[in-house]
Amino acid sequence: MADVIEVGAARGDAPPPAAGTSRRGTSPGRAGRATPYLFLAPYLILFGVFGLLPIVLGGWLSVHQWDFQLPNRPFVGLANYRDLFSSDSAIHADWWAAVRATAVFTVLSVPLLVIVPLGLALLLNRSFPGRTLFRAVYFAPYVLGVAVIGLLWRFLLDANLGLVNRLAAMAGLPPDTPWLTALPWAWISLVGVTVWWTSGFNAVIYLAGLQDISAELYEAAKVDGATAWERFRHVTLPGLRPVLLFVITTTVLASANMFGQSFLITQGAPGTETRTVVWFIVEEGLRDNDAGRAAAMSIVFALMLAVASIANFRLFRYRED
Amino acid sequence: MTTPTTITRGPAPTRGSAPATERGPAPALRRTGRYAVLVALALVFLTPLVWMLITSLKTYTAAQRIPPTWLPDPVSGYGYEQILNNSANPVLRWFLNSMVAATLHALLVLATASMAAYALARMRFRGRGVIFALIVGTLFIPPASLIIPNFLIVDELNWLDTLTVVVVPGAASAFGVFFLRQFFLSLPGEVEEAALLDGASQWQIFWKVVLPLSKPALATLAVLSFLTNWNDFLWPIYVLFSPEMLTLPPGLGLLQGAYVTDYPVIMAGAVLASVPVLILFVLAQRHIIQGVSRSGLKG
Repeated sequence: MADVIEVGAARGDAPPPAAGTSRRGTSPGRAGRATPYLFLAPYLILFGVFGLLPIVLGGWLSVHQWDFQLPNRPFVGLANYRDLFSSDSAIHADWWAAVRATAVFTVLSVPLLVIVPLGLALLLNRSFPGRTLFRAVYFAPYVLGVAVIGLLWRFLLDANLGLVNRLAAMAGLPPDTPWLTALPWAWISLVGVTVWWTSGFNAVIYLAGLQDISAELYEAAKVDGATAWERFRHVTLPGLRPVLLFVITTTVLASANMFGQSFLITQGAPGTETRTVVWFIVEEGLRDNDAGRAAAMSIVFALMLAVASIANFRLFRYRED
Repeated sequence: MTTPTTITRGPAPTRGSAPATERGPAPALRRTGRYAVLVALALVFLTPLVWMLITSLKTYTAAQRIPPTWLPDPVSGYGYEQILNNSANPVLRWFLNSMVAATLHALLVLATASMAAYALARMRFRGRGVIFALIVGTLFIPPASLIIPNFLIVDELNWLDTLTVVVVPGAASAFGVFFLRQFFLSLPGEVEEAALLDGASQWQIFWKVVLPLSKPALATLAVLSFLTNWNDFLWPIYVLFSPEMLTLPPGLGLLQGAYVTDYPVIMAGAVLASVPVLILFVLAQRHIIQGVSRSGLKG
């Protein structure tokens, strides 16, 4: 890689080097070789300390027995990992219960978070008066944090005082559904709240994708006599494929990282049935002071998500053939 | 890109030759139907937020009524009074902390990410490929899996229970650099080259040419960074402890623990935490929505 600084050299329209030596001969001297590194330095310090170092440190922690309160932090090899996979360890049952809870939430929420926003986007993807307003309204819950929506929905889903059971009663449905304290209601609540909270986000991403599909394709399809469904099936869906892959991948990751909703709304209930992996990791590491085991769990968790993401890409690539 | 040739294979409906009939005999009816759906959906998204506001204006007894009443009767400042005169749960202090933290965080992201992104987009230097690959690589690591080691690092830095701990570490996120680099690459280079010929330094070009041209992207990144920081929950609940150091999200958790089913108070806290971001959303809606849709297109 060239070590002279040349503005525009990175772009395709840069003049050939020969011209650069005469016209730009002064610039490298003035700017100095250090310039790019000086521009990068502030961010790279942050990135090194809070982006790269934690990765290395996480690996190192995971092979130690690390208690914040004890001076001795002995090397234990792969024992922390073994504990996660051998059924005679104290943590095995709780860990896999958390993995199971996370899997249940992901499997239930992702299809809805992919399909509902697509419906919203299709509804909004034409020009009519009020379009911008409706788009803003559907997106609005997303700008609120999980703390706000968590408190709000814990109240709305309160079996006695909540609005949801009140509305159910008005509609002639059972007025005493235990939304927060029994299965399957707790899962329905967590998934429902998440769909309400984040659908606007995915819808906006879909809308951008829909606007990239050429109107001529739709016109051509219409001329060919395609019905609305056929246009959706053969023009919209293929045109959205890259955006769909992005939405599915990021939604799987977001759902697998769910924490605040179950921490605040169901508070893990019933029992610890809705306690997710992220929650279990921070509890183990920061409340129970076992940073080594929590680090091992973090790494296993990150690997599981990597496998899920790769599987997504694979699935979509094959479907393209 | 798949070509739509397959469409011709579809069974051509007998009425297909007359496109006008496809829209149905009554477009006005269809339009009314669409608006009915749009409004019904809007109610689903808005009712919970309106209910939050209504409840925050109720008295304790009014909020305990079964079944709940729609309107606050009487309209009461009870919830807000509880919040404002409460030394154990200093909500105003949390509000201030959140405001300071989110603002400083957004400024830090803007400063560091814009400089780094400019170098990566416009300069050639040894190691550029490796550095960019490392930065992009971390986009694929779930942030939650780094919480334990990051906790140890901020503990070592003596940042626990200070505002610094919620301002600085999050600025290591790769998103800002990635986002601005894409934007800088899309800028035409002519103005910069002209400035260079006029003898401007890299810093002058960055500061006087590139940044002014990038105002929309910078505004988008600032708003998104502010929102993310204002709403962050998982990290602050474990790194802030003292009641007067909390930001709003962990504070609201504390409030729920203290007031349990005293919903007017809890909802008043939630309203207070929502108002700034909702105002920001109304003012900067275009930036937020553009930022989100552009983050999707990079995929």
